[in-house]
Amino acid sequence: MRYLPLTDEDRGEMLARIGVGKIDDLFADVPAGKLLPQPPALPSHKSELEVERVLSRMAARNVPAGSVPFFVGCGAYKHHVPASVDHLIQRSEFLTSYTPYQPEIAQGTLQYLFEFQTQVAMLTGMEVANASMYDGSTAAAEAVLMAHRLTKRRKAVLAGNLHPHYRAVIETISAMAGDQVNALPPGPAGAEDVAAALDDQTSCVVVQTPDVFGHLHDLRPLAAKAHAAGVLLIAVVTEVVSLGLVTPPGDMDADIVVAEGQSLGNALAYGGPYLGLFATRQKFVRQMPGRLAGQTVDVDGRRGFVLTLSAREQHIRREKATSNICTNSGLCALAFTIHLTLLGEAGLTRLARVNHANAVKLAEALAKVPGVAVLNDTFFNEFTIRVPGDAAAVVEALAGQRVIGGVPASRLDPGRPELADLIIVASTEVNTDADRAAYAAALAKVLAK
Amino acid sequence: MNEQTITTDVAPETFTGNHALAIEEALIFEIGRPEVTGVDLEEPAAVTARLGGLDRKAPIGLPGLTEPEAVRHYVRLSHRNYGIDSGMFPLGSCTMKHNPRLNEKTARLPGFGDIHPLQPLSTVAGALALIAELARWLRELTGMPAIAMTPKAGAHGELAGMMAIKAALTARGEKRSVVLVPESAHGTNPATAALLGYRVEPVPARGDGTVDPAEVEKHLNPDVAAIMLTNPNTCGLFERDVVAIGEAVHRAGALFYADGANFNATVGKVRPGDLGVDAMHINLHKTFSTPHGGGGPGAGPVALSAALAPFMPVPFVLADAEGVRLVEHPAGVGAYAKPYGRLSAFHGQFGTFVRALTYMLSHGSDGMRQASEDAVLNANYVRAGLRELISQPFGDRACMHEVLFDDRWLDGTGIATLDVAKALIDEGYHPMTVYFPLVAHGAMLIEPTESESKASLDLFIATMRDLAMAAKAGEKARFLQAPRLAPRRRLDETRAARHPVLRWVKPASVAQ
Repeated sequence: MRYLPLTDEDRGEMLARIGVGKIDDLFADVPAGKLLPQPPALPSHKSELEVERVLSRMAARNVPAGSVPFFVGCGAYKHHVPASVDHLIQRSEFLTSYTPYQPEIAQGTLQYLFEFQTQVAMLTGMEVANASMYDGSTAAAEAVLMAHRLTKRRKAVLAGNLHPHYRAVIETISAMAGDQVNALPPGPAGAEDVAAALDDQTSCVVVQTPDVFGHLHDLRPLAAKAHAAGVLLIAVVTEVVSLGLVTPPGDMDADIVVAEGQSLGNALAYGGPYLGLFATRQKFVRQMPGRLAGQTVDVDGRRGFVLTLSAREQHIRREKATSNICTNSGLCALAFTIHLTLLGEAGLTRLARVNHANAVKLAEALAKVPGVAVLNDTFFNEFTIRVPGDAAAVVEALAGQRVIGGVPASRLDPGRPELADLIIVASTEVNTDADRAAYAAALAKVLAK
Repeated sequence: MNEQTITTDVAPETFTGNHALAIEEALIFEIGRPEVTGVDLEEPAAVTARLGGLDRKAPIGLPGLTEPEAVRHYVRLSHRNYGIDSGMFPLGSCTMKHNPRLNEKTARLPGFGDIHPLQPLSTVAGALALIAELARWLRELTGMPAIAMTPKAGAHGELAGMMAIKAALTARGEKRSVVLVPESAHGTNPATAALLGYRVEPVPARGDGTVDPAEVEKHLNPDVAAIMLTNPNTCGLFERDVVAIGEAVHRAGALFYADGANFNATVGKVRPGDLGVDAMHINLHKTFSTPHGGGGPGAGPVALSAALAPFMPVPFVLADAEGVRLVEHPAGVGAYAKPYGRLSAFHGQFGTFVRALTYMLSHGSDGMRQASEDAVLNANYVRAGLRELISQPFGDRACMHEVLFDDRWLDGTGIATLDVAKALIDEGYHPMTVYFPLVAHGAMLIEPTESESKASLDLFIATMRDLAMAAKAGEKARFLQAPRLAPRRRLDETRAARHPVLRWVKPASVAQ
């Protein structure tokens, strides 16, 4: 077996040195009858070539985003990632290292995490950020738990246009932890009165911009009302590229900003692994979940970095920890930070402008298709259209025309008839004029049937 | 030996501060410029903006680097990291085994890497088939009937499993409030139980480092929801009374959560389902060798017993007589399940699933069993090589895939466990896990994994023996000044925590 260096001769010598006769003598503590006499009933080992054949056959049964005109978003976006990003994250010393618990030989990881934290803080307009969470949705749930700790209240108000999966993640953990959630109904047209739902039991209000239907929101009026009621404002961003062009939540008085970072550096990969961004105010840092890299010096006075404020973490605090999270998304954070370093402010701004322009052009093209209406006044690179009839059937029919046209809103949030004819459509820098023309033509054809 | 002269001997002053291949590297904020970019993009089309006046008003301050500058920056940073590919990484409880590059190749096939979690189901048949196939392998290896695939890491898997337990108890109409956690448990166990509102009750270990069923019986009562037991435990020992413990827990109407962090000792040898386990998370990034990536991403699918099988989070893939299909919402599942909700936005760590299945297909059932046997053999070989020099907290007895030492052998030397770890760095090794588990004083937990050859283990053992003899001979400087040869020497962690500097800030002197 190509991954196992020991030979049978080695094994014999080693058993003798240990002082046992056979390998199962080392398994003597396994209760009687529980040691399997042979391997489980699964296939035996295969060559690289054979394994590649099996997996390539499976992969061929999927339609890759890059192979068709592709317009799906809703929390994960198809972007172009520079070739050097994937090359760099596959360097052995990044790929095969562990959590940097021995900082003297993990300065590479610790420095890029420090740089990542700074980039995330800048991008979100906040003072501090952590070294990443599992994904945007789990970061949102952690933000709610943090707000409960800070306010000593245990009710979250969720804006109706929060991504329904994010809502479900927050509802699940809250129900299990015995906390309250007031999730408002969706408002696909964009306007929502979230502030009316706040009361003196509310710890936080969670609002997304651009929201799941693509609308942009000025959070300042809501932040003012929330703060007056002692409520923290948690802002969710599922398309981080938007921050290259729109006002960041930190500049609109958000207390905690969480985001899905997949768009920069990371493949779609059917939903994971991704990375959650988590940023907040300096004064809240000791209640922040997740790992933090911090700057310090070594005994020779040279600048270096360590994991810090670990007194918040489970391996020290056990049941008193701020979170049970142990793993972050180190390698995804590395891909994110490399891509953002390559872009820089100039590149990110231009990337965001290309995304917006492409979405505007797509909205204009689709609005001309008979029977189709664009719901949004404002959007970044994603908007919602109303089609005659069942949106899910339309999206399937488009797939039959080799156009992946977006997400039927009913797939995210079933059982709401008011969403049944809505499709959420995204357009990024990868889409060409030909892609947009193909979409409009396919949609016209499907709707004409 | 003169303690003061050692560092200057090994790190002579240079003009740049570099030492040949060890090159200092500044922060991107010190070398990048906001107007520079390493990504060429088309000029955006002229359109009427639809931003509603919410366009960004202030500059962000993000630096940019061209591609050659960026590649050099990150390559230099990579030189400051130790990975499995660099050398032996015997970090106990972390299973730092070789990461086959085939896994990286398959995960990047466009049919896996470039598919969206919300694209039409008719375009992802292969993805659903892969999830179902990985779940089938995990069911066979655990002997448990259901696998919840979506948890994103081990601790997230614990949360999923404990939520399943809470949901099952609620469905029974029971409200139990206590979770038993042995003292040797990983810190995530009590943190997870507390997050779900449970009161954590510690169970002490007996003299041999394992849990005594009689002690568990003493803690069991109708208010106990579950026990969270790691097996093999964090002392590297198989819980020999695990079956009796499971039976006692079930008699009391409680459920048995097993922490699967140490599954690498028993894959293909022992099935947790045969031991009475109700839920166990599996760290794909440990046992099935998807890379650790500097601390993530992980993946933590949870195996569930028949009692818990209906209680899993959405989404999940159902594979039965009707074919393979995806269940995305708790409503409308029918008789199949009673999902308790959703744990993350999408389908879990799919890219990690591809890597784990690639690993499994490569090894096969026979190869995984051999890997576990070799992992256990290697740990015991290290134990045999060190046992007369380095003390073990529970005496010299067979261990599983990791061997636990304590610090009694250092008594009177003025050298602590941490110093031994740092001295190993100078010798070219990543240290073992130190000060965990807490039940051993000054713990050193060594997990060589099956990836080490006998020659590699022989050199490691010789190195540890040399260090042990040096410590006993009073060569303190070699330990207290270590590491001397790493890119950084010991870092001031107290200062980092007292005066946290968590981001770069533009120095006042160069502010414009």
